[in-house]
Amino acid sequence: MKFNSDKTVALMMLLPSLILIGIFVYGFIGQTVYVSLTDWGQGAALAENPEINLIGLKNYGELFSGFLNSRFRQDLVNAIFYTVFLVSGALGIGLILAILLDRGPKGESVFRTIFLYPMSLSFIVTGTIWRWLLAPRGGVNKLPELVGLPGFGFRWLNSRRSILNFNWQNLPQITAIVVGGVFLFIAFRQWRRGLKNKGLFSLIPTGILFLWAFWGARFTPEILPTPEQHGFNLAAIGIIITAIWQYSGYTMALYLAGLRGISEDLREAARLDGANQFQYYFNVAIPILKPMTMSAIIILAHISLKMFALIFAMTGPDNAQTSHPAVLMYLTTFRANNFAKGAAIAVVLFLLVAVFIVPYLISAYRERRA
Amino acid sequence: MLKELDWGKVVIYTALLLFALIYIMPIYMTIITALKHPANISLATAWQPPGDINWGSFAEAYKKLGPNFMNSVYLTVSATIISAIIGSLNGYVFSKWKFPGNEIVFTLVLFGMFIPYQIILIPLFRVLRQLGLYGGIPGLALAHIVYGIPITSLIFRNFYARIPESMIESAQMDGAGFFGIYRRIMLPLSIPGFVVVIIWQFTQIWNEFLWGITLTGHSANPITVGLAQLAGGQAVNWNLPMAGSLLAALPVLLIYIFMGRYFIKGLLAGSVKG
Repeated sequence: MKFNSDKTVALMMLLPSLILIGIFVYGFIGQTVYVSLTDWGQGAALAENPEINLIGLKNYGELFSGFLNSRFRQDLVNAIFYTVFLVSGALGIGLILAILLDRGPKGESVFRTIFLYPMSLSFIVTGTIWRWLLAPRGGVNKLPELVGLPGFGFRWLNSRRSILNFNWQNLPQITAIVVGGVFLFIAFRQWRRGLKNKGLFSLIPTGILFLWAFWGARFTPEILPTPEQHGFNLAAIGIIITAIWQYSGYTMALYLAGLRGISEDLREAARLDGANQFQYYFNVAIPILKPMTMSAIIILAHISLKMFALIFAMTGPDNAQTSHPAVLMYLTTFRANNFAKGAAIAVVLFLLVAVFIVPYLISAYRERRA
Repeated sequence: MLKELDWGKVVIYTALLLFALIYIMPIYMTIITALKHPANISLATAWQPPGDINWGSFAEAYKKLGPNFMNSVYLTVSATIISAIIGSLNGYVFSKWKFPGNEIVFTLVLFGMFIPYQIILIPLFRVLRQLGLYGGIPGLALAHIVYGIPITSLIFRNFYARIPESMIESAQMDGAGFFGIYRRIMLPLSIPGFVVVIIWQFTQIWNEFLWGITLTGHSANPITVGLAQLAGGQAVNWNLPMAGSLLAALPVLLIYIFMGRYFIKGLLAGSVKG
């Protein structure tokens, strides 16, 4: 029975790690969720035996519709913009770089090294360097002058301008229209695939959501007593550029590995079909790269939804224009000692990340079992 | 000659050189600023190389960041070695000693590397305080080791999956048990796996900031926290933060330059399916 006893040994070796993960990941997540439902903070924060009461979802209610928490709402909007721009920017530039290198230029490994080195640096290092580069009257703004053009005057990290503004009071309607649009898209796809009944079924939620958004919403109470504008603060552009500079090498490496994995036969077949280089990349290669794109979206969304160090280094934790829920969570918890509200912010971030991660892990799990 | 000019190639090389310039520009600026005398640094002449070179900024930056640098060395070396050993054993079990529910458990472990660490920060802070580990390097190392379990197990699991079952079976015929197989077969073949994991963990831990600033006291601050404090606020003399940045970047840049191949492997392994 030696074989079985070895199996026991194997499990015993794994067990400590599983217990640690059980406590430090799942137990701690549960505890943070619990803390977010309490009033632990302020005076009771650092007491030996603090008096903590369960108050339900009150912290969340305050974050999303409390008069005093407008910074959280702007931070959340910022996080969405950081994610959209970092993901699309790094994917686009990474793909361009990968295609350029896939052409097998001389000195390929030198170029690869140059594009990838920012990945090895800390956000604090890149943040410090780019803060100097983006100084209002120097660095990047001076670059055009080196070739005789007039310099830029953009205030990268402290611009006060904001675009794409919307009223937070309209958020429920905006969400309803977006979700309704997604259902409409699903219905359209099912209808095109010939699943007419399923397609009609998907139209029901679209109808309900649109009806409410365009007509019914006037009968439901406002989520905020007064209008509150939120939008994309232009001061965040500098931080986004820095993050793209740091991470497009990663998408390049990912895409390049994918492009190199495409068989010579397939390339040859595309060429024989009369496809030129552009057609080859757009019609043959990019569809094959879909799994890499998915991986990159997951990783980059995960990075930008918890972005803390880069913002801390570039504009400091107290700058509300460029802030992020991850920064606010730090301030709320460790500066203001409001543990409960800090925990609630962390839970919101966690849920946003989980939207990306959980389907990804489930599909990876299915693939491994297949 | 002109006829042979291939316009496709011209476009490719022009684009590559342009991108390369953009990627090098920040590090160029960092180096020239660090080498200037504070009096010679001005926004107007920011792009010009220094007239006479001043190495003093590095000495001054090291005087300020030296203790942080050493903290990071102790932290990174100890946590990296321990998490590589743990990851190797876990990867061995996950790939060669499959048990019922093996894949589910592995997926649940992997989840731990994708959580935003804000979600565990408050309980972690509390538990470290209760254990008496809050504020020092051992507590920070513990956090890095525990939350390093998913990625290190993943890399080793994928690495060991390539070792053929037949080797394990024949070793079992010879009477080798769990540890015998590990020592005689897995470990000797593990060197590249260890290199990938060590480089990955080293880079991650060296560069980490959130735990550094929330879980350590002033005397145990790692280099990233030291640099953020040195560069934070309205720094007037940029030579110091730039020299500090180079100091903080040096170990990971050296690793990257000399072992970049393995760095990329770790990078790609981090994207589960990639």
